[in-house]
Amino acid sequence: MQFTIEVGRYNPEGVYSQAAMRAEAYPPPWETAPPRHYQTYTVELPDHAVVLDALIAIREYQDESLAVRCACRSAICGSCAMWINGHAYLACKSKLTVFTDNGKTRVETPPSMPVIRDLIWNMGPFWQKHRAVKPWLEPTEPVPPALEEYRVHNAAMDELIQEVSCISCGCCLMDCESYAVNGEFLGPQALAQAYRYTADPRDADARERLADYSRPGGVWDCTHCYECVTQCPKGVAPLEQILKLRKLAVDAGFTHNPGTRHADAFASSVRHSGKLDELTLLPKSIGLFNLVAQLKTLPAALRMARAGKLPPLIHRAMPGVDRIKTIFNRVGGRFK
Amino acid sequence: MRVAFYPGCVSKGACPELYASARAIAAPLGLELEELTEAPCTGAGVLSEQNPDLADALNGLTLAMAESKDADLMTICSTCQGVLSNVNYHLKNDERRLDKVNQTIGDQGFRYEGTATVKHLLWMLFEDIGIDRVRAAIKRKLTGLKIAPFYGCYILRPAEVLGLQERPERKRYLEQLIALLDAEPVEYRGATKCCGFPMLTFNREASLAMAGNHIVEAKDKGADLLVTPCPLCHLNLDGQQPDAARVLNRAIGVPIFHLPQLLGLAFGLTPEELRLNHHVVPTARALEKIELKV
Repeated sequence: MQFTIEVGRYNPEGVYSQAAMRAEAYPPPWETAPPRHYQTYTVELPDHAVVLDALIAIREYQDESLAVRCACRSAICGSCAMWINGHAYLACKSKLTVFTDNGKTRVETPPSMPVIRDLIWNMGPFWQKHRAVKPWLEPTEPVPPALEEYRVHNAAMDELIQEVSCISCGCCLMDCESYAVNGEFLGPQALAQAYRYTADPRDADARERLADYSRPGGVWDCTHCYECVTQCPKGVAPLEQILKLRKLAVDAGFTHNPGTRHADAFASSVRHSGKLDELTLLPKSIGLFNLVAQLKTLPAALRMARAGKLPPLIHRAMPGVDRIKTIFNRVGGRFK
Repeated sequence: MRVAFYPGCVSKGACPELYASARAIAAPLGLELEELTEAPCTGAGVLSEQNPDLADALNGLTLAMAESKDADLMTICSTCQGVLSNVNYHLKNDERRLDKVNQTIGDQGFRYEGTATVKHLLWMLFEDIGIDRVRAAIKRKLTGLKIAPFYGCYILRPAEVLGLQERPERKRYLEQLIALLDAEPVEYRGATKCCGFPMLTFNREASLAMAGNHIVEAKDKGADLLVTPCPLCHLNLDGQQPDAARVLNRAIGVPIFHLPQLLGLAFGLTPEELRLNHHVVPTARALEKIELKV
């Protein structure tokens, strides 16, 4: 079968083949990412071939200047993560027949990451975030004697298998929408690993960890877009681990943050009226005494009022609200 | 066609224009809206992350109410759709979770059997009402308008609970609809991205940058307006747009229409009936293109 591959090339010396097309600008927020020159190749491969097969065929038989990073070819080393048709995937796990769009497959490095050359992106920011969550166990006392090991119940480790499956390929961070606008955000991979160590019964450091992860750049900076869940090639579902960390942090008493205030105000409103009271949700989430932040939201509130979009000043309960209160009393936990 | 109508809190709160326009397009589409007036808020994912049992019970109650009406549950909000789809998926596939819900809502005379179907109006247009019926209701073509779709995360992800693996065409319904109304769909990356609203109270600058970037991208591709099936996206894209412009340090000024407002225009309703005069970003310039005033 014949496949057409459009490769986003970036060569720091600025030397491109004659065949390279003009660069295209990325949309915001990446319009400042270094321009890639797109070069088109045609390869003959069997219909079960993957994107990486095509890239290796190009490098071996057509253009030895093409730089591509890969190792295992079996979706276990995580080296060949790249953008394929605008989303993050492992090139070795992506079949060409599935990823042919309008007759071609476009591959490039993700614009949210620094690029070294062609399809090789600099994983520096990724590892920096990973290191920042302390991805190791702080031993609990008593430490087993030499030649013995900690004994852990199977069930406790079953809970962590999903997170342990991470191969550090970076697909989740490459497509993370929060990271695209906020470089400080620890990101899905690091936070999924943060949960993996926090929830490990052999770790003695959970409280300090949760305090750390609750700071700006931590769990509350996730925008809940599910891109990481969609793009992870190993089913780690980082967003779900971030949400578990949020719950652990709140349960451990780290509640002085907008995220917890937001959840509390939300629950209180639904408990009392069955629905959301938007008028008080935002001020309560920000913190009623955080005057500077309150003032920042004032112009938006006035604009909404002027457009006739202010929620009702008197927030009435919906019919049947007693039923909802009963549900809260039964399973509301700390929202009772 | 009779549906159990779940309007969601925002359409009754900060986006009354959504509720009004959804009601207004029901008749031309032949929809009989039986509103679930006693169904609680879905919790918008905020309650489920802190207390999954609570979110299961609240949404299980809503699903039981729809089931007892023997009609599909129709949402007009991507977020409501996402949360209800998520709970429904798990209750249908996890008997223990379903039992737990029924223990909680059972005292109040409710029981969920796991048979409800939850569908956004956008999906119903193509899958239940049918495009022939939509086409027949068109009285005003939207020729000349360039419209950028903006889906909202929860109607697209995670694909499994939203049935997108069985029906991948759901990912392109907005583009199809825009073309059906004789307008031109704008192709841009932002269409399937996050509006930033869930982060607005946690990290305002990042949230506004997110919203602004997508509108700017659509604008640079020539969009006269964005259309969204999600009122929470609307709150950020329209309500916060002037602040987003300030964060990005550039003028934006692109109006954001709710899905029923766009349909209503095509069905010959007036901008006032659709409350297009109640937006933060004025809709007048886009309406002029189809020779309407507001």
